[in-house]
Amino acid sequence: MASLALASSLLAACGGDGGTPTLNWYVNPDGVDTFKTYAEECSTDQYDIAVQELPASATDQRTQLARRLAAEDSSTDLMNLDPVFVAEFANAGWLQEIPEELATEITDGGDYLQGAIDTVTWDDGVYAIPLWANTQVLWYRKSLAEAAGLDMTQPVTWDQVIEAASSQGGTVGVQANRYEAYVVWINAMMQGAGGAIVSDTEAGRDATVELDSDAGRKAAEIIQKLADSDAAQADLTVSNEGTSLGQMFPEEGPGEFMVNWTFVYANYKGLIGSPGGPADEQEFEDLGWARYPATVEGEPSKPPIGGIDIGLGAYSEHPDWALEAAQCITSTEAQVDLAVNDGLMPSTNSAYDEVAATGEFPEDLLDLYRTSVDEGGPRPKSPFYSQISSAVQSSWHSPTSVTPDSTPQQSADFLTEVLAGRSLL
Amino acid sequence: MTHTTVAPDDKRDVRRADKAAASDRSKAENRLGMRLVAPAIFLMLLVTAFPMLRAIYLSVFNYSLTAPDDREFVGLSNYLTALTDSLFWETTLNTVFIMVVTVAIELVIGFAFAMVMHRVIFARGVIRTSILIPYGIITVVSGFAWQFAFSNNNGFVNAWLPFVEDNFNWFGEYGSAMAAIMVSEIWKTTPFMSLLLLAGLAQVSEDMLEAAKVDGATWWQRLWKVILPNMRSAIMVAVLFRALDAYRIFDNIFVMTAGAQGTESISFLTYRQVIEQFQLGIGSALSVLLFLSVLLIAFLIVKIFRVDLAAARQEG
Repeated sequence: MASLALASSLLAACGGDGGTPTLNWYVNPDGVDTFKTYAEECSTDQYDIAVQELPASATDQRTQLARRLAAEDSSTDLMNLDPVFVAEFANAGWLQEIPEELATEITDGGDYLQGAIDTVTWDDGVYAIPLWANTQVLWYRKSLAEAAGLDMTQPVTWDQVIEAASSQGGTVGVQANRYEAYVVWINAMMQGAGGAIVSDTEAGRDATVELDSDAGRKAAEIIQKLADSDAAQADLTVSNEGTSLGQMFPEEGPGEFMVNWTFVYANYKGLIGSPGGPADEQEFEDLGWARYPATVEGEPSKPPIGGIDIGLGAYSEHPDWALEAAQCITSTEAQVDLAVNDGLMPSTNSAYDEVAATGEFPEDLLDLYRTSVDEGGPRPKSPFYSQISSAVQSSWHSPTSVTPDSTPQQSADFLTEVLAGRSLL
Repeated sequence: MTHTTVAPDDKRDVRRADKAAASDRSKAENRLGMRLVAPAIFLMLLVTAFPMLRAIYLSVFNYSLTAPDDREFVGLSNYLTALTDSLFWETTLNTVFIMVVTVAIELVIGFAFAMVMHRVIFARGVIRTSILIPYGIITVVSGFAWQFAFSNNNGFVNAWLPFVEDNFNWFGEYGSAMAAIMVSEIWKTTPFMSLLLLAGLAQVSEDMLEAAKVDGATWWQRLWKVILPNMRSAIMVAVLFRALDAYRIFDNIFVMTAGAQGTESISFLTYRQVIEQFQLGIGSALSVLLFLSVLLIAFLIVKIFRVDLAAARQEG
């Protein structure tokens, strides 16, 4: 009985009693309903697209996809990739390269935002198609900035933000738990000072570690300054994207400055009058947004880039259909729906124009997002990204122990050893 | 009838026969035995020897799954890296700590359970089954169950323990996190221990116990002078099996702390290198080292306690 049931479920999974072949699309669990709609709309007489959900955590998504692709799974046709997986997967030979014509259209067509383009290129090739692009901006209470006398129409620096918050009894929300978003923060601050965690990443293990630099020390200085300041939130060492949300409209106190992803706007809009959200429309109006803080005064900041790219499995049995389907599910229409339904922001100018036309988001906010993605900085693109990220996390956590004199140098030494295979992570 | 008389004759014949004839027969039996186990051995080699050899092969390369072209032969340097890295020794120490504590506690509780299962005269089936239930539960499920139990948000452990604050976070520091992991491990595998010990208890002859009783031995004396010495090999087999099992602890740590607060075991370290970081070279070297440590532990237990596996199976 059991074997019979197994056999029939296996048959069902293959989708084929000679009928239309199925393309499997592995998606992360954000915006799944919209994905399902587009899976249906993009299915043709020749093939059906089936949505397969991946686990919630990025690490688990990566592991699951990697296991399939390492085993040359021919049923992995399309997949949602976090930008940092693209270089890893492409270098492993797990992704179909995007044909030249389309690749040129993405990189030089003028429609895609630069930050989104950066996430899909690796080693002179294009290995995925951007679907939606995420970025971080500085969210703040207008009343708090005003009380501190901080002019938010001009670019602000981390130093100014920390000082302004502590002078008024407010706080600064960041992501500093020992996880990926902490690396996002460190990377953005280093790039804002003109540096990078590593460079020459095409060299793989021989990439140049740049942590022990002025940019690294500047980033460490800011972390130390925040950790030692009254503006640090109580849960700084375990803070994540969710923990600082509640500090914006607290029951007591002037609120906070917070760097966070684009979901924040819809989050507070939906929480008006509820616990953790603004008390009323008027308090919601007090929510301000500005470009990601600069590391060095006068030098433009490099906002973090996130989002999702669509990759094509290298071992797919239907590579041409997969490419066709990928173009369909990353269409302008799909990007607009993702933005309006799920708050997942587009990767192209044309989709941004259409989102603006819907009037769902304030126009200046959309402009801010678009500029941030266009001028933002990606995390290092390397086949060894996961090791780079873990090594940085292990040396820079906890934020309360970061010092500009030793942390950048120690972490550079450790990362060099790890990349060379001389140290365990 | 004829059959029963012939059989003993046969045996006597064999015993009486000269050495050469006996060895002829035993040779034939040996050959038959070999032929019978050959398929099993072949299958075992296929499914266990091949991965082992493959791991040994991979362990001499610097090889990342995401950079297949950069694979290079590095000889034994992966082993050198592992053996000189403090992380390796920390996790090994951790693993040994878990092994010693859990096996010791399981042995005591397991023996008590075995006594209960052996001596119980009413509701025997129900009692034996309820003792064995935890062993039937998947380790991951047990890990989640205990994680919820120890949780400071919705768990019951904090409320039940008088000396613990209600919002105490068990997974926030090393000692308490290890305690939670060990509790889950002990809860889950003690039944296995008691099952092995029950088999040993059944071997202790009732006559000897009666004789000891007649001679005026107390309950305590009977336990230490008669029962335990007579089930020594069963105890050692139980300790051996559980120690090897405990040394490979993975599931509970994965579910309950994911290695945070320094609770990583050697299996977990290996998992992270291979599965999370795709470092097949160093990961394989760690797997080989893990395999060697398990062999070493087995060897030590067998040698130090002079375990006779054949005796435990009541052979010869």
